[in-house]
Amino acid sequence: MKIDRIIPAVIAASSILLFGCPPKESGGGGAASGEIVIGHLASMTGGQATFGQQTDQGIRLALEEINAAGGVKGRMIRIITEDTQSKQEEAATAVSKLISRDNVTAILGEIASSNSLAAGPIAQQNKIPMVSPGSTNPAVTEKGDYIFRICFIDPYQGEALAKYVANDMKLTRAAILRDVKSDYSMGLADFFKNTFTQLGGTIVADSSYAGGDSDFKSQLTTIKSQKPELIFVPGYYTEIGQIAVQARDLGITVPLVGGDGWESPKLIEIGGKALEGCFYSNHYHVDDPSPAVHQFVASYEKKYGAKPDAMAALGYDSMKFLAAAMERAANLEGPTLRDEIAKTADFQGVTGTITLGPDRNPLNKKLVVLEIKDGNLVLRATVDPAAGAALAVTESAPATGTETTTAK
Amino acid sequence: MDSFLQNLINGIGIGSIYALIALGYTMVYGILKLINFAHSDVFMVGAFMGYYGARIFSKLMYGSSVVEPGWTLFLLVLAFSVACCGVLGYLNERIAYRPLRNAPRIASLITAIGLSFLFEYGGQMVFGPDPKFFPQLLEKKQIEFFGTSITSHLVIVLVVALVFMGILQYIVYGTKFGRAMRAVSHNYETASLMGIPTDRVISITFVIGSMLAAVGGVLYGLSYSKIDPLMGIMLGLKAFVAAVLGGIGNVPGAVIGGLVIGIVESFAGASALSTYKDAIAFVILILILLFRPSGIFGKHQAEKV
Repeated sequence: MKIDRIIPAVIAASSILLFGCPPKESGGGGAASGEIVIGHLASMTGGQATFGQQTDQGIRLALEEINAAGGVKGRMIRIITEDTQSKQEEAATAVSKLISRDNVTAILGEIASSNSLAAGPIAQQNKIPMVSPGSTNPAVTEKGDYIFRICFIDPYQGEALAKYVANDMKLTRAAILRDVKSDYSMGLADFFKNTFTQLGGTIVADSSYAGGDSDFKSQLTTIKSQKPELIFVPGYYTEIGQIAVQARDLGITVPLVGGDGWESPKLIEIGGKALEGCFYSNHYHVDDPSPAVHQFVASYEKKYGAKPDAMAALGYDSMKFLAAAMERAANLEGPTLRDEIAKTADFQGVTGTITLGPDRNPLNKKLVVLEIKDGNLVLRATVDPAAGAALAVTESAPATGTETTTAK
Repeated sequence: MDSFLQNLINGIGIGSIYALIALGYTMVYGILKLINFAHSDVFMVGAFMGYYGARIFSKLMYGSSVVEPGWTLFLLVLAFSVACCGVLGYLNERIAYRPLRNAPRIASLITAIGLSFLFEYGGQMVFGPDPKFFPQLLEKKQIEFFGTSITSHLVIVLVVALVFMGILQYIVYGTKFGRAMRAVSHNYETASLMGIPTDRVISITFVIGSMLAAVGGVLYGLSYSKIDPLMGIMLGLKAFVAAVLGGIGNVPGAVIGGLVIGIVESFAGASALSTYKDAIAFVILILILLFRPSGIFGKHQAEKV
């Protein structure tokens, strides 16, 4: 195993530092000159391919801006992207490669929680800080004090969605269809269920599928017979599109509701008309009028010729967030950098202001609820804990669904 | 009751696709006693040929690769995919299996596994590892039927599957070639002594099996839209179980086996066991091997020493 060889190497490297010898030229970012290498752990292919592709584009846009402004500590940054193929086992291999072969200073990634959970302990063991742009399962950062994230977590997301459907849309009968292979989906489904039942709602059916399946008709037939008013499907976009099509085929007309795993430029391509009227929670809305979002969208469109989705925005933020911490840190050794990242407060990102709490999760991040309407995403509600009472759903459109924001 | 009927219909839909793939397994096994593991990947190639065929024909017919649903297009795509897979099936047999005709059977089996990996990982290189989404080749209509909801696509899947199974039944039991096939299956050496061109019969069997897999691939794309280079693995295994369930080597058995697996799976998915849906087919396999190793329609044969 490579790990066996890395640990002594790390110990050796840190003891050299401890005993005051000059740092070696390579390894762990100890060098004071030359490029800083950052690893990006991303699902570039497979069932969640757009997550990795989008974050990568966001990261590279941020990288361009950082390097154009002189880099970090006068050194240029280089990104090495390692593909996890949307698979847990590949995530573990990929992170080991980044650490042992490429000697990265820090790691950005993954999006899917299951993959971050597989990669996290390896980064932790090697004392390489890892910043996840979009893994929302609470367990991800519990893996160790080197693991950070810059997005909200699922208890918050599940609660916000449950409150939105129960209080604002006045729906009381929900069915759940969850992905047993995904920690994200299982967790989010539970958090939604808790709040929804506390608010007086009933879960009429709780079915499951395995990520990668293509046939969801049997589960949907059971759900249909229970006559729910909405179906909560906290999965990833590939399956969501297919589930929507098959639900409509079976004559199910109620909306599907989900979390940020729906976010993908492919979602509407796969689901098409079947997704009309469905909605999900997200990290940002591309038509948000705030200047930070506006500027980011403009430069992203200029570089890639397409609008950035939330994963791209999170990727962009994660790179800027990490660069800011690296700039502040006395040196780029794992422990020093880790301490500096943990101190981050009031970092102004595209997806909101990031202040890390003691559990290495950001406090008070904004959440938006988006509806799919005529093939576009329309803002339905914003939850901004920083602006008012925690978790208050500020309605930006009446529950009947008439839009107040303009679709692009 | 509505759910019961709906589950039954859902099961028949996927079951008929399993049946189309199972036919290829069973025919090759019947004639060569070879389990052609690469067969499920021919099914995958069939689906991809449908995907690319739709774009090519759209470009030729309407000058744009945005697919306009229509019957002409659907039939052209189906024919294109069937033709490509027919050629592929022939090449498989000619290049990979024929040189091993007189080698121990285990050699062919391992070749089949190797070929299967070649298609799966070669497919990832050629088609790309990302899932692709089959275009809508036909306008979809909703049909209400005794409180259940059926799409016109399901009806088309059933009709096309039945037509091709009918053609196969006619070829095997109603033509001179079919008689030759059955003779080769019965006893390879005697058949060759009787002047039957056994090599040609085997080639054509592979071609027919591959064509049926291509039909299955296009119908699968039409019903479920997501296709990827590794899609053949699970579907192929289930179709293989279907062939064993029906009695491997038995043509009507493969059809019944496919439908049974599809329906059982559909009911399992609708019950509290939905998480174990994929395991059901393999539980069935274990039960058959324990209690009726020759399958539903298979004849029990005493092992000759």
